[in-house]
Amino acid sequence: MTASTVDTAQVVVEPVRYWTRQRKVGVGLAAAGVLAAVLFGALATAQKAEFTLAETISGSAIGINGTVGAVVFGALAALAGGAMLVTARRAFGWLLGLGIVAALISFLCWQLSQAPDNLNTIPLGSVAHSSVTLALPLILGALAGVLCERSAVINVAIEGQFLMGAFAAAMFATLAGSVWIGILAAGVGGLIIGLLLAVLAIRFLVDQVVLGVVLNVFALGLTGFLYEQLMAKDQSRFNQPTFVPEWDIPGLSKIPLLGPALFKGNIFLYGAIALVILIHVGLFYTRWGLRTRAVGEHPAAADTVGVKVLALRYRNVLVGGVVAGFGGAYFTLLSTTNFNKNMTSGLGFVALAALIFGRWSPIGSMLAALFFGFCSALAVSLSSINSPIPSGFLNMLPYIATIVAVAGLVGRVRAPAADGTPYIKG
Amino acid sequence: MTEQTTATAEDLAAAGADQLPPPKTFAGRYLRAMWTANTVTVTVLAVLLALIIGGILIAISDESVRASFSYFFSRPSDFFSLSWDKVSDAYAQLFRGSVVDPAAVQAAANGSGTWERVFFPISETLTYAAPLALTGLAFALAFRGGLFNIGVQGQAIMGAVGAALAGFLLPLPVGIHLVVALVFGAAFGGAYGFVPGFLKARTGAHEVITTIMLNYVALFFLGWLIIQKGIQDPERSDAISKPVDDSAQLTHLLGFLGPSLRVNLGIVVAVLVVAAVAWLLRRSTFGFELRAVGLNPEASRTAGIGVGSTYVLVMTAAGALAGLGGATIVMGTAVSLTGAVIGSVGFDGLLVGLLGRAKPWGVLLAALLFGALQAGGNRMQSFSGISLELVGVIQALIVIFVAAPALVKTVFRLRPAKVSGLGTGMSKGW
Repeated sequence: MTASTVDTAQVVVEPVRYWTRQRKVGVGLAAAGVLAAVLFGALATAQKAEFTLAETISGSAIGINGTVGAVVFGALAALAGGAMLVTARRAFGWLLGLGIVAALISFLCWQLSQAPDNLNTIPLGSVAHSSVTLALPLILGALAGVLCERSAVINVAIEGQFLMGAFAAAMFATLAGSVWIGILAAGVGGLIIGLLLAVLAIRFLVDQVVLGVVLNVFALGLTGFLYEQLMAKDQSRFNQPTFVPEWDIPGLSKIPLLGPALFKGNIFLYGAIALVILIHVGLFYTRWGLRTRAVGEHPAAADTVGVKVLALRYRNVLVGGVVAGFGGAYFTLLSTTNFNKNMTSGLGFVALAALIFGRWSPIGSMLAALFFGFCSALAVSLSSINSPIPSGFLNMLPYIATIVAVAGLVGRVRAPAADGTPYIKG
Repeated sequence: MTEQTTATAEDLAAAGADQLPPPKTFAGRYLRAMWTANTVTVTVLAVLLALIIGGILIAISDESVRASFSYFFSRPSDFFSLSWDKVSDAYAQLFRGSVVDPAAVQAAANGSGTWERVFFPISETLTYAAPLALTGLAFALAFRGGLFNIGVQGQAIMGAVGAALAGFLLPLPVGIHLVVALVFGAAFGGAYGFVPGFLKARTGAHEVITTIMLNYVALFFLGWLIIQKGIQDPERSDAISKPVDDSAQLTHLLGFLGPSLRVNLGIVVAVLVVAAVAWLLRRSTFGFELRAVGLNPEASRTAGIGVGSTYVLVMTAAGALAGLGGATIVMGTAVSLTGAVIGSVGFDGLLVGLLGRAKPWGVLLAALLFGALQAGGNRMQSFSGISLELVGVIQALIVIFVAAPALVKTVFRLRPAKVSGLGTGMSKGW
């Protein structure tokens, strides 16, 4: 509240500067567009670059001459950047989106035009499907973060909750012979870390970032230890779950592009969509949400009007643990069907980045997670068309994109005001 | 240790005057002080608690112990004796693998064994401790400046890359080569630490996010680099680089006793750097500014300290320390770059830094403890069949308990006293 007062005061005093953030981004985008047009245009060949809307590379395709496509779309990106200089604040988001997409298409035209003869096609339906699939754990992890951090408990332990969830899902799905038992167990696995986080952060006032990092190491060690002592010795008894069933929605799953992305899913996809809606509505339109946000912004004020601050924090952190644990089951019941040591490979931290990139809101986090999923899916499909870029660098793409996004496009984000500070009554 | 215990005794005498009269005898005072929640006591009890929980894990993960549990109510003694055997054997191996094996000492004294076997455990402990101390410092220094450097792993990877490149690409004379390779390691790590610091200062991008992402970028970069022509070992088909020249390898300190004693100059480098950082933090202007920014950036800005430039410097320095850590590995033990050349020494560095309470000499002690656990864990794995992963669990538990002194106090019903916790500006959140 103080911050906003100061801001308004500054706006009054400060003269209007020409070089706003929007105009700076515009210049950057224009430069990138020109660079793309020149560089990709020069590198591209005249071979056609083709995109199909289906999930396979057969079928009707939109094609464009590689060199022409690279130059035209690069120029389009440059134009979008130039337009930002004129329009300043207006339509900033649209122009930025247009510019980025155009630059991306320019890049893809180059990549596809130099691909071997029959590999010069990208099936967009399949890219959409794998973008969404790869984003699922990130969405669930980020939602867990939303639940915790909106009530002012920092959750860096998403990675640990993923691992516990993945481990419990693999183990109990195999023991019980049912993936549903596995998913329940995954929730409990995440809950265990959530409980440790809650008790240590709320009751014993441990620094929450420190705690999260250490809980990750704890979960990594614990699952690794149990894996070596139990699973590795008898894989068929402890570590052979089956895939979760795929549920296609009849009719809707045939829509090009959207069908494979949204309606050819499984429990994780529909669960994630439901949770995003549920948490969004809950957070902004219900009594629980108002109280949660109040506790996250100003716990003392919430306490004064009778909200039980600590109880609410406990509850939210525990529910968050269950959600993240559910997200962990993705790793052992959908992307593969067995548990491996450290198999989440840092995606819990990426979910945390999605949470911050999405400004602590359920929908924003989901979009950020989808962005990350798209970058990963793009890296996969680029390596399948024999891209001249080494696969190591392609694998860096999602991580670098996140850095650029967090550093360049978001600006300074603002966390819930009380995030990370324990509440001591009195 | 004595300093801290006496200090707490005095605190207690002042604070507890209304409760109990201070004991008259020295021994009474000493015991009272020991049972007060001072830093040393909390740390020791944290280690104890972690080992107890680790013991429970060893017991329940053992086949025969679980079998005996099925008839627990008819013959509970079986369950307890089996558990005890299993756990005590595992921890005995842990000790023999990290400090000293009494059997080896006896054999060496008799003349039937070699002194190499006697010094082997301690050599391993020191070997593991050296890079841990450096990566721990990398975390601790940033932590004191109010930054949470999770990028130690990536910075250490880049340091290893820098040192290795200098080690096998530059033809330099003995002596100079070693120094140049270490400098390259520090420079690569420092440059990699500069990036998140700069981003934080200029755009406000949170260092937790950027450093985590940079860890993966470094890992993929390493994976790409070691299969390039001129870097990859031409005699090997797998992903491994050429070995570092002999002139750039850290000398083995106990090499005269036997080739298996790997402890090298790295530990000397680590101790010197710890001393240097301790001096830097305590005595230099930069150290003062760093601590001020860590405690309160707004007040520091008001006082005329450049907060942004301090962030950049802190992260660069932290990166250089982590880079040195990576360099000592590739120049001391690993010799060639591989995908997992530094293992998890960067992530473990976070725990070391926390356990050392972000103080340089504390970090060194923590690194010795973690090095000992690592060395002993290797022996425990091969002699008792307990997975090395248990060491990770124990390390994490120790740090959890150290970070939660209130929890340890509750468990052991300690008398309250000042405990130097992890207090910096971190609890501000994002």
